Amino acid sequence: MHRTIEAVWRIESARVVARLTRLTRDFELAEDLAQEALLAALEQWPQSGVPDHPGAWLTATAKRRAIDLFRRNAVAARKHEELARELEALEQTSPDLDATLDETIGDDLLRLVFIACHPILPTESRAALTLRLLGGLTTDEIARAFLTPEPTIAQRIVRAKRTIADKHIPFEVPRGREFAARLSSVLEVIYLIFNEGYSATTGDDLMRPALCEDALRLGRILAELTPAEPEVHGLVALMEIQASRTRARITSTGEPVLLLDQNRTQWDQLLIHRGLTAIARAHNINSTRGPYLLQAEIAACHALARTPSETDWHRIVVLYTELAQAISSPVIELNRAVAVAMAHGPQAGLTLVDALAFEPSLARYHLLPSIRADLLYKLGRHPEARSEFERAAALTRNNRERGLLLARAAFCETGPSNSSGK
Amino acid sequence: MRFMVIIKATPETEKAGALPDPQLLLEMGKYNEELMKAGVLLALDGLHPSSKGARVRFSGKTRTVIDGPFTEAKELIAGFTILQVKSLEEAIEWVKRAPNCSPTSEGEVEIRQIFEMEDFASVLTGEQIQHKVARRAELPNQTANK
Repeated sequence: MHRTIEAVWRIESARVVARLTRLTRDFELAEDLAQEALLAALEQWPQSGVPDHPGAWLTATAKRRAIDLFRRNAVAARKHEELARELEALEQTSPDLDATLDETIGDDLLRLVFIACHPILPTESRAALTLRLLGGLTTDEIARAFLTPEPTIAQRIVRAKRTIADKHIPFEVPRGREFAARLSSVLEVIYLIFNEGYSATTGDDLMRPALCEDALRLGRILAELTPAEPEVHGLVALMEIQASRTRARITSTGEPVLLLDQNRTQWDQLLIHRGLTAIARAHNINSTRGPYLLQAEIAACHALARTPSETDWHRIVVLYTELAQAISSPVIELNRAVAVAMAHGPQAGLTLVDALAFEPSLARYHLLPSIRADLLYKLGRHPEARSEFERAAALTRNNRERGLLLARAAFCETGPSNSSGK
Repeated sequence: MRFMVIIKATPETEKAGALPDPQLLLEMGKYNEELMKAGVLLALDGLHPSSKGARVRFSGKTRTVIDGPFTEAKELIAGFTILQVKSLEEAIEWVKRAPNCSPTSEGEVEIRQIFEMEDFASVLTGEQIQHKVARRAELPNQTANK
């Protein structure tokens, strides 16, 4: 029964909180009330069974608590008295209240997304709050996903809710120029969650697939809430296509497999198809290509190549060049260098990589020496390649990845030197 | 985790040229939209009656083709959806919310979990893993990007 309630909660919680925020005009309170309704369900449903309309039950229970609470506080605050009366009146006069709310639920959910991902909050709080509010995850689940102690996550969420209340963050969809900036914060949060699952930065596992699934679910929800935003479809496409490689990018013993070494028959064609569809949706809106859509199109180039040698590296170079113009980032320059190496040979790539050698933001980035090592190896400069692989191994925080890098370093000495080509 | 929700056939879905009732189509459309909005719907499709299908029976080295229709409706399927959710319980909750596809007779929907990579980790022996690694090395262009 507990698992069933958890499942119902995952399906309903965002709507319950969204409805209550609209009714009480107080997001912090609405979230607390929703949690109380969940507790009530955990108490009562094991005896009574799950109600026919569990979402309506949760909302009604939370609403009743709101009325009680407002009544109790009425002496202190006239405003609450008014709200309590309004709520009761609404309940009596319009039995269709829930239906009315259902019509606007999409807007309310979107408002909730913008609150949870508000730039005023630290990034990690945004991620936790989004998973809790939109993903319906419990604090415990979020804690396990991020390998963080539960009290830390709980505190993060409480503080985030406090900040939103203190700063009077309105329950609204931002307009005009602010919309684009706020939407990019939302996309950033979702992609951060995805990446935490896709290339776990800490711990023994290379991936935490559940977190990828959570991010994908959030992205798919957002795509339906804001269907006219090309970048949202771009992000969804990027995540779908990256997730399509889940089975191929790790061996059954947990070792990472590089993209070009992956067994492409293991790529999930359904997810690739979904990714390509999302790209097409973005193209149908207009011809602008933002950073997520560009990255998705790069991912699609790989997805469409049946073998690594069929990869259209020239197109990937073009896309990376466009991406580097959209957002100037040394990491993107590094990736562009890899594509250039594939399209025009390792020396051309190495020249670009060497130009990044003193880039301060890459000083601790293990992929810089790792890529440099790879190119040096292809150029037959094995001793240099070896020390670069070792440097990369010392920089990565992922244990599995370190193992692979050290193995490649060792291979530089013992391995066959059949590696002169590109 | 992913689940395949298998919608079992009924005498109605098996009728030649059968198309679902427009009202039901509308309700199903609304339900599928809910699944999509919730970010849990990966794929869905409906199937023609078995009269348009065939079976291939395997027996040792022989393959026998049997043309449809097939009679035992309960063992046939009429459609499927693929859901990506957190648990079997969540899949059940979503399925319970679906409109009844066969209002005039008993209908049944089966929920089955799809194998994921991690399900295989424990059944592969070291030898099989080695074999896989070796096979991978045989694939074209594997050395190109080492």
